[in-house]
Amino acid sequence: MNVLLQHVAHCRSGDKGNTSNIVVVAYDEALYPYLKEQLTAERFKAFYDGTVKGPVDRYTIDHLWCMNFVCQGALGGGVSRSLCLDNYGKTLSAGILGFELEIPEGMRGRLRGMGADGE
Amino acid sequence: MKSTLRVGAGSAWWGDRVEPAALNAEKGDLDYLCFETMAEATISAAQVRARRDPTFPGYDTYLDDRMRAVLPHCLKRGTKIISNQGWINPEGAAQRIVHWLREFGAHGVKVAAVSGSLITDRVLQLTDRILEDGQPTSTLQSQLVSAEVYLGAEPIVDALKQGAHIVVTGRVADPSIFMAPMMFEFGWDALDHMRLGAGNGLGHLMECGAQVTGGYFADPGFKDVPEPWNFGFPIAEVESDGSAVLTKVAGTGGAVNLQTVKEQMLYEVHDPANYLTPDVVVDFTTTQLEQIGLDRVRVTNISGKPRTPTLKVSIGCAEGFIGEDMFFYAGPGALRRAQLAKKILEERFKIVKLDAEEVRIDFLGVNAIHGEMSPKDRPEPYEVAVRVAARTKTREEAIKVGREVDGMAVSGVSMTGKRVPHQDRTREIIGVWSSLVPREKITPSLSFYES
Repeated sequence: MNVLLQHVAHCRSGDKGNTSNIVVVAYDEALYPYLKEQLTAERFKAFYDGTVKGPVDRYTIDHLWCMNFVCQGALGGGVSRSLCLDNYGKTLSAGILGFELEIPEGMRGRLRGMGADGE
Repeated sequence: MKSTLRVGAGSAWWGDRVEPAALNAEKGDLDYLCFETMAEATISAAQVRARRDPTFPGYDTYLDDRMRAVLPHCLKRGTKIISNQGWINPEGAAQRIVHWLREFGAHGVKVAAVSGSLITDRVLQLTDRILEDGQPTSTLQSQLVSAEVYLGAEPIVDALKQGAHIVVTGRVADPSIFMAPMMFEFGWDALDHMRLGAGNGLGHLMECGAQVTGGYFADPGFKDVPEPWNFGFPIAEVESDGSAVLTKVAGTGGAVNLQTVKEQMLYEVHDPANYLTPDVVVDFTTTQLEQIGLDRVRVTNISGKPRTPTLKVSIGCAEGFIGEDMFFYAGPGALRRAQLAKKILEERFKIVKLDAEEVRIDFLGVNAIHGEMSPKDRPEPYEVAVRVAARTKTREEAIKVGREVDGMAVSGVSMTGKRVPHQDRTREIIGVWSSLVPREKITPSLSFYES
């Protein structure tokens, strides 16, 4: 089944200079391998195309089901120079909630918030 | 030596709520209450303000509010305070705190100020390259506003060793504020990188306050937390080996769970195996987390590597101005009217010869926040705001943005909603650059005051 990432993982973004880091944490240990396999740095960068202007590096901490995407050139030159209304990029992590993942049907019971938005 | 040290957070930034700090002071049974009140540009902004406003004392503008709220409780319990509210005037902040101590009838309480992080007058001699772009720092000379080194926990520990009950600092790395009590109480050596790694890691978990206790977290139907209007700030119950239980005052809203802790652990972190601080290089990849009770997460095995030979320097530069404004549309066709408004503004900016480095005209409700990645096949919004911003070299140019938006009131598009401007629509940009300075070139200084 195809599901939006928001049912599989939760996110937070932080700023440092012109770099935004976006943390993606699986809700469940059994879901993490699908997340790790499908949400590569390349796909992440493609998903944020035009908004993240520099390279994206991915770091993982497998035993905590965590991935950290470090996105350069994501904050319009840095918090104080940015013309973006969200100059800290606090909402940036929410974008990846819309990334589509393919999850085995048997994992349905482990997904979070199914039906929360009438999906 | 203490068996368990109770360290609580009192603020995560300048504008943070005061009431959870008072609650931590009153009900947290704390040995230490720690305040973090600075952002990257705080020092530079304070320098600019101090030049224009001789009445600005140069420390946290909420120092009085925070100290009035917590001091009576801290004095009663014997809770010590570590705070970076000193900004560009730690001595002034310390004297102000002494004033409040006397107001509350506390005499003989020692307050220390930690200075020495400001190196504006010699930053160009002490540093070589800008980290962000590799250019020599000397290229920043004409724009330089302020430069400050991120100090570590050591000067705070020295102040505690000399009997300070309250330590107020200028720029110190955020996690170090929270680790200093651990080093002092447990006698950790400044080169014991395993313990300092654990301590700094805990400091990092605490430095953003409610962000580890349920703030910046709730998402209805996905991540619900109780009473998100009533957060408690974090408390760490720290052991001498650097392991800890993270918790908060019972009865407060929010949550301390594996999810809140994981999100905060990597917040503003790049490589989690190499999180650089002045005291140590923290390695979060070894961390073990365990939920041991309601709102109680046990954090163990954060590790560390030896500190680097350099300290980070933050260099604030006057880089020009931003002019910005907003107006709005609603109902069927809101977006098409907004699009015509955008076209009008683009033409107007040519007519008035707006000299800008960058101009952005976005539709709030469509693409003003996430920019180019925003979905193209979205449904049309019922309401949309046109938000326009430009970055310019001079204030005169930045003012043109608001003036042209003014023109949209009677010379714009049908059914344009616009507010009468009631505030300055320009602001000064203080760009922040980074560099490195050899550790041995920086000598923090302490001064002591007594109530």
